[in-house]
Amino acid sequence: MALSRRDFLKLCAGGAASISMSGFLAPFLKEAAAAGNPPVIWLAGAACTGCSVSLLNTVHPDIKEVLLNVISLRYHSTVMGGAGDLAMEAMKKTAEENNGDFFLVVEGAVPLKDGGIYCTVGETHDGQPITFANLVQEIGQKAYAVLNVGTCSAYGGVPAAAPNPTGCVPVSEVLQGKPIINIPGCPAHPDWIVGTIAHVLLYKSLPELDKFGRPTMFYGGIVHDNCPRRQYFDNGIFAQNFSDPGCLLEIGCRGPYAHCDATYRQWNHGMNSCIRCGGPCIGCTEPGFPDGPVYERLPEFSFGPQTKVSADTVGIALGALTVAGIGGHLIGNVASGRIPGKHEEKEGDN
Amino acid sequence: MAQKIIIDPVTRIEGHLKIEAEVDGGKVIEARSSGSLFRGIELILQGRDPRDAQHFVMRICGVCPISHATASAMALDSAFGLEVPDNGRIIRNLIYGANFIHSHLLHFYALAALDYVDVVRAGLAVPPFMPRYEVAGEYRLPDALNKAAAEQYVQALDMRKKAHEMLAIWGGRAPHPQAIVPGGVTEIVDAQKVIEYAYRLKELRSFVENVYVPTVQKVAELYSDYLEVGVGCKNMLAYGGFPQSAADPQGADGFFKRGAYIQGKDVVMSPNLITEEVKYSWYNDDTGGSKHPDESVITPNPQKPGAYSWLKAPRYDGHPMEVGPLARMWVGKNQAVRSLGDKAFSVMGRHFARAVECLELTKIMEQWLLQLQPGKPVCVPHIIPKEADGIGLTEGPRGALGHWIKIEKGLTSKYNAVVPTTWNAAPKDDKGQRGPIEEALVGTTVKDPKNPIELVRIVRAFDPCLGCAIHLMTPDKKVLSEYRIN
Repeated sequence: MALSRRDFLKLCAGGAASISMSGFLAPFLKEAAAAGNPPVIWLAGAACTGCSVSLLNTVHPDIKEVLLNVISLRYHSTVMGGAGDLAMEAMKKTAEENNGDFFLVVEGAVPLKDGGIYCTVGETHDGQPITFANLVQEIGQKAYAVLNVGTCSAYGGVPAAAPNPTGCVPVSEVLQGKPIINIPGCPAHPDWIVGTIAHVLLYKSLPELDKFGRPTMFYGGIVHDNCPRRQYFDNGIFAQNFSDPGCLLEIGCRGPYAHCDATYRQWNHGMNSCIRCGGPCIGCTEPGFPDGPVYERLPEFSFGPQTKVSADTVGIALGALTVAGIGGHLIGNVASGRIPGKHEEKEGDN
Repeated sequence: MAQKIIIDPVTRIEGHLKIEAEVDGGKVIEARSSGSLFRGIELILQGRDPRDAQHFVMRICGVCPISHATASAMALDSAFGLEVPDNGRIIRNLIYGANFIHSHLLHFYALAALDYVDVVRAGLAVPPFMPRYEVAGEYRLPDALNKAAAEQYVQALDMRKKAHEMLAIWGGRAPHPQAIVPGGVTEIVDAQKVIEYAYRLKELRSFVENVYVPTVQKVAELYSDYLEVGVGCKNMLAYGGFPQSAADPQGADGFFKRGAYIQGKDVVMSPNLITEEVKYSWYNDDTGGSKHPDESVITPNPQKPGAYSWLKAPRYDGHPMEVGPLARMWVGKNQAVRSLGDKAFSVMGRHFARAVECLELTKIMEQWLLQLQPGKPVCVPHIIPKEADGIGLTEGPRGALGHWIKIEKGLTSKYNAVVPTTWNAAPKDDKGQRGPIEEALVGTTVKDPKNPIELVRIVRAFDPCLGCAIHLMTPDKKVLSEYRIN
């Protein structure tokens, strides 16, 4: 292998020249997949399809390259040829024939309330709907590893937000004993998805993960440290209204605790980023997303130019906010102090 | 004896949909459309800062988040009493337009095309394109066109990516951009952004004009029988969208026009005539039938006898209504679409209307872009009112979309979204009238019940988005829809 793991990590962590996964990677991926592209089953639960759409925006390698030369996508309800039983059979056949060798990608949270009836996929032979929770368990048990793409499958995300009407939980709560990689983001950046898959294929091992199960090569730094508006912060110039120049802290920016490299990687082929366009960071890669009011200043959080927040301290309580979740009990569900009464409790916490 | 065909899941759509069709003598005699995911996003919004709404509602659907962000921002503009400056209105339109192009290209090529293109002859007989329904003689494209269409499939993926780049130029990122806020947008105007956008728009317009539209026409010629298949209810509804002046903030008379077409007649559309019915939905009938959205009370009941969907049945003046590109082009009296006559109400008519609309949109977006004024404001400041009601009526890629918000004590107390696919994929209403997709399925000849390609072609032509349609059902609260639509 001509590309060392060290070089690969540098390439990823460096945002590959600030734009996208380098075209330089494609030949190595082809080499890695020479033995046959690894089968992938992609299941969507309580999801919005946004992470699948985001993956379509991958630049180098482009989506055609990914589908034809990197992975073998056997089931993905939004793109596949077949439908109904034909599709379900293709999924089950893939899992059986490649027991222990395929990747399961999950997009979306897993609703558990009322027996999981709020998301079903296909039917059993006797006409009973198959719950998404059961499907994830059945297929997941046979997978080599599970990739949770997006914050919903990783931590619960938007559908698990208080009061969590359908009892949504992350995949790690219904599937144990399998290696799980979380690739959060709402949506996940295509580079994070492709880069993580590339790492596993190239080095036959999982990338280094932080305590929230995220690859450190993408989620190692915080937004604030590489913010395009950092100079405003250092100079004490703060935007008070939308579209003002200035640091966005006063209008709700989560940059000081959000682990995400999109400030320098940027989105959509280097076109723009959340903060650059004037939108405060909403912290969408964090286990607590979505937390308190988007456009209100983070409570009781003091900043200095030397502010340092690491992955290991991000679980701190932010005033009235509670950011929960470790290991197999990740909860993507944080109630803000503004949601009254019982909703302050974390849903599904055990 | 009648035979039942169940397609679960219907793939190559957004979200979770199940279709059941009863076939007798080779023809569909009854059809049922039901959704199988529900998240309760409006319930999650209750008690939050009203300005959070756009971030949550965008995540109803990652294919067209801009529709929900825009409807939500418009609802907040109206609740807060804000007049969006010209730049803000135009940038919202440019973000929205880019999302339309992305969505329409994605729909025709990535979602619908595999029903027509023969991947085997195109040398793409690999997953995820295979397996597929196998029906002799149904992949009809001649070799040259088949090969070209397969190449376009790949090219279209690249084109829709560029549409997302356009979206990100003003929105920050795609999907789920940050820039759409009450009062306007956060991104400012400068020449570089205009040029970057213009360059990509030109390329997309060329693709739409020279590739997408002609290909749809060629496919429609080869599948001319599908100009009579999937007729549907033939009633059309549009709220209007893409405002072009401050005097018309939501675009009722915008690039898209507001109006309805019922039983062969063009009529003025009045939002007061919308009702929601639940006889065949998993909700108790405790309101006794047909109700206006501000009166309807829903109590979920998954065991309800006879019910088969999480969707309610929205009706306009008692009629099932189709929404989407065909409805917009028909209501807006687009000549190319109206010249098809009744053949417009068909599978190919819907694909054609979508392509025509996409081209018209790329043309007018070029004009909007040149109306931007660097240095002028993109947004006005706001104050959150203690008590207010807001309404946002617009058109998403899939059709008429309405959001309603009620603010009490400065927080969202109620939020409601009535979305395009709820109209199109609705179950039967209290009078037993089928929803538009169900109606379109009935009467269809199915050659091979094990490979019901005819049925998925019909469903996909509507471009259903179930993520949107079933976001609003709530399991344990009685009332969600408490809004007067006017």
